[in-house]
Amino acid sequence: MKTIDLPKSSTALREGNVRNLTEHVVEIVSDSGEGAQKCGQSFGTIAARMGYGVWTVEIIPAEIQPPARSVAGASGNRIRFASSPVTNGGDDADLVIALNEQVLLGRVGEMKPGCTILLENKWKDDPDSSVAGAYQRTVDDLDQAGFKVREVPMEEECLKHVSNARRGKNMFVLGLLCGIYEFDTQLAREQIESIFAKKSRAVIDANVGLLEAGFAWARENFDLRIRIPATRPDQPLVVANGNTAIALGIVASGMKTCAMYPITPATSASHYLSEIFEKVGGFVHQAEDEIAACCFAIGASYAGSCAVTITSGPGYSLKQEAIGLAVMAEIPLVVVNVQRGGPSTGQPTKVEQGDLLTTVFGSHGDAPKIVIAAASIEDCFYSIITARKIAETFNMVVVVLTDASLATAQTLFPRPRYDESWHAPPIDQSPVPKGALRYDWDPETGLARRFIPGQPNGMHAVTGLAHDRRSRVAYDPRINQEGLQNRSKKLVTLQKTLKTPPVFGDGEGDLLVVGWGSTRGAIEEAVRRVRSEGEKVSALHLRFIQPMPPGIGDILRRFERVLIVENNWSDRADGAGIDEDNRRYSALALLLRARYLVDADCWSEVMGQAIKPATIENVIREKLS
Amino acid sequence: MTTCNLIPECCRHSGDDALTVEDYGRALPRWCLGCGDHAILAAVQRFCRDEQLPPEKTVCVSGIGCSSRFPHYMETYGFHGIHGRALPIAEGIKMARPELNVFVSTGDGDCCSIGAAHWIHAIRYNMDMTVLLHDNEIYGLTKKQASPTSPRGLTTNTTPRGSYLNPLNPLSATLGVANVSFVAQAVDWIPDILHEIIRMAYHHKGFSFVRILQRCPAYLPNTFEARVKDPSSVRLLTHEDGLVPTPAIARVYGNQEEHDPLDIHRAREIASVSDPIPVGILYRDPAVPRYEDSFDSDRTDTAETTGTALERELDKITIQASA
Ligand SMILES: Cc1ncc(C[n+]2csc(CCOP(=O)(O)OP(=O)(O)O)c2C)c(N)n1
Ligand code: SF4
Ligand SMILES: [Mg+2]
Repeated sequence: MKTIDLPKSSTALREGNVRNLTEHVVEIVSDSGEGAQKCGQSFGTIAARMGYGVWTVEIIPAEIQPPARSVAGASGNRIRFASSPVTNGGDDADLVIALNEQVLLGRVGEMKPGCTILLENKWKDDPDSSVAGAYQRTVDDLDQAGFKVREVPMEEECLKHVSNARRGKNMFVLGLLCGIYEFDTQLAREQIESIFAKKSRAVIDANVGLLEAGFAWARENFDLRIRIPATRPDQPLVVANGNTAIALGIVASGMKTCAMYPITPATSASHYLSEIFEKVGGFVHQAEDEIAACCFAIGASYAGSCAVTITSGPGYSLKQEAIGLAVMAEIPLVVVNVQRGGPSTGQPTKVEQGDLLTTVFGSHGDAPKIVIAAASIEDCFYSIITARKIAETFNMVVVVLTDASLATAQTLFPRPRYDESWHAPPIDQSPVPKGALRYDWDPETGLARRFIPGQPNGMHAVTGLAHDRRSRVAYDPRINQEGLQNRSKKLVTLQKTLKTPPVFGDGEGDLLVVGWGSTRGAIEEAVRRVRSEGEKVSALHLRFIQPMPPGIGDILRRFERVLIVENNWSDRADGAGIDEDNRRYSALALLLRARYLVDADCWSEVMGQAIKPATIENVIREKLS
Repeated sequence: MTTCNLIPECCRHSGDDALTVEDYGRALPRWCLGCGDHAILAAVQRFCRDEQLPPEKTVCVSGIGCSSRFPHYMETYGFHGIHGRALPIAEGIKMARPELNVFVSTGDGDCCSIGAAHWIHAIRYNMDMTVLLHDNEIYGLTKKQASPTSPRGLTTNTTPRGSYLNPLNPLSATLGVANVSFVAQAVDWIPDILHEIIRMAYHHKGFSFVRILQRCPAYLPNTFEARVKDPSSVRLLTHEDGLVPTPAIARVYGNQEEHDPLDIHRAREIASVSDPIPVGILYRDPAVPRYEDSFDSDRTDTAETTGTALERELDKITIQASA
């Protein structure tokens, strides 16, 4: 994509300065508390309402109140919007707006060469000479580096309308953007009305005033417009981030209990859910810790009301023993792990897919559980519904993996239509036939009917100890063997019902790129780009990681080479000291190599952010060359 | 067995249908001979029989330990959980199904050590359940390690020179937590009082915490012996709103104190003294709110109401198709 050239002086708009494009990536950054996030979200919402495909990414500082004008304190939003639907955050930024030059510094690595930068210029005349000096040096450096810096008197312009420019500058910025991209100002006004709906008329008017001022300023001082055609959708769409989608999925699934302990980046799902549950019935239990949360959910499920517990890495580790209990006692349970950077406290707000193996193999002993990885924000919604259903049908633990990128990114997807079959059935209170056994494992499927408290004749004590068909503690090793076999068999039973995932591109070729979870959009975009140049590259994306659907091995073998792309650690084959005997493969690569005996290679990174399509494109090209 | 012949509907089982103590028993308990857990089991079974608790509406929950085998020996629903986590499991059950009778059996290691965080918070949640702390002052199942309630100086397999720390006092600890609503103490060797305290604990609507001094003849044959033999080692807490001992009991256990279960200050003083052993209701406040009542559990959501609610939420984030 070409970069925009902003002339330094105000001139009449010439036709040549109108750029007709199909997409743009915009970033808005500020100190935390200056409202760049709100501005970015609003811009994204307006874009969505105009009919653009949109994907927004939060830029979040690690601390709640980082020092002002600090590199690590950058807070804001990145918005990718395009004429057609978008499935990921895209590549580097085309245009960046910053409220000070320091927050910009940490973002330089994310900007396209020649990227346009609109920078608040009030720091130039700061009474503190070190501030003024830092500002000037940064502007010079950015110029030198080829960026097109445009200094904007944001504070000065805002002060013409309000007495405190710090509050409201973000709406001036929103106006600037609407001016540059020729957005519908009526929609922008409506957006302000809705953000400040609970505030006074005066506040709304002041913000609308700033929006219009920004819009007018851009029109008068920039002779640049970026025109990206929008198409109104032909079906209703919803705008949501992954955590919102999960909360909605929980409601749709009919689950009424969500037990959790606050942890980034999973918490916002429970915030939203608490609110909805107030109206629908059901409740969010904030437990004293994640162990208690998991046990509470297990208790509710055991009592007949299938429950969900939602967490992220450190909390997921704490739940392991309880997950094993649910596996052993065959109690349905939905666990959501919104992965973040690890190990340990790791990178709480950052993106990583580091928990795949701990999810598949976690908890001691052989503890078979189902693992579904949501591949998109829309999928977050449907995965929960599927998970609840499978959990109750198979009396198993179903873990839904998402990650920080899905959790906080917003995008559009077709509005779900509620289907009554999603809803959990009422709690069975009918009498159990006399003499029926709790673990009367079906020899074909390994399934056994659950007896729920309240059902006459169903009395039994579930236990995490090895047990026989009556749920009595087993002292005979053959009984232990039988239990393990039946719990394992349930995975086979489910596996036979799964569909082989579709291949993106041709069913055979030179290279197959395989991924799981949040990387789907970026991988397929990268594959599409290289395919458009005639390369025989396809992609395969796995939603069910355990059990693996049938037919995967056949697909892998139809390609000359297989490359697994993930957002987690792996050794590079050519890394110092690395050879075939010690190379550590990425998680999915390890699983696929072990299961299908294919010599699949892997490429992964742990940069704390979603992998960009351009990065994957380069990796593919390198692999092909 | 007392039956309710006047109004048969008021009892689920009456006349010949009445459940016996044996009906509440399942497998033969595998505890050691003379283990206090036998007495606790007998008291609970007797209580269930007296109240004719429907076995299918009753759930016994436990963690791990000798005492936590309890649910396997009750012909009710049961949940033998994992070490330390009986309480959160029981909370989940109660929250999902407030109409169920929930009993929890937990050991001194299970409750006061590995599960201590849950214990503190369970008191605060004050959910309606009867919690029996089988306190044998030792880790039984893992073979004689010091527990948080072991007396200082007790020689165990992990404290060959005698345990180094003062014991934690489960009564004082419980009485120190916000929302505490019922605290009682019993000893396994006075079955009638144990039974009576379990009855009062059950009828208290809230988190009823009963610490039961429980003999472990296998590992601490001497710790309890002197106390069992000497009735004056026990001080009965009596009150018209608390324990009213039968004349027979009162004759044997003459060491008594009148204590009003509403008096938390005196309850704390009583709790702090372990010799003589206070037995009775230390504290009871029926007015403490219960966590399960914070949520409207009556609201039955059907597929239809869920669908309506979901559509309403979706409306808020919908972008309509072009006309
Ligand atoms: C996570 C975990 N840690 C340790 C154990 C081993 N363990 C089982 S029971 C127990 C202590 C039992 O003592 P207590 O709770 O007092 O019960 P008792 O056997 O005395 O009735 C321990 C440490 C376990 N099962 N799980
Ligand atoms: S070891 Fe002690 S607590 Fe355990 S069963 Fe034997 S006597 Fe009872
Ligand atoms: Mg013990």
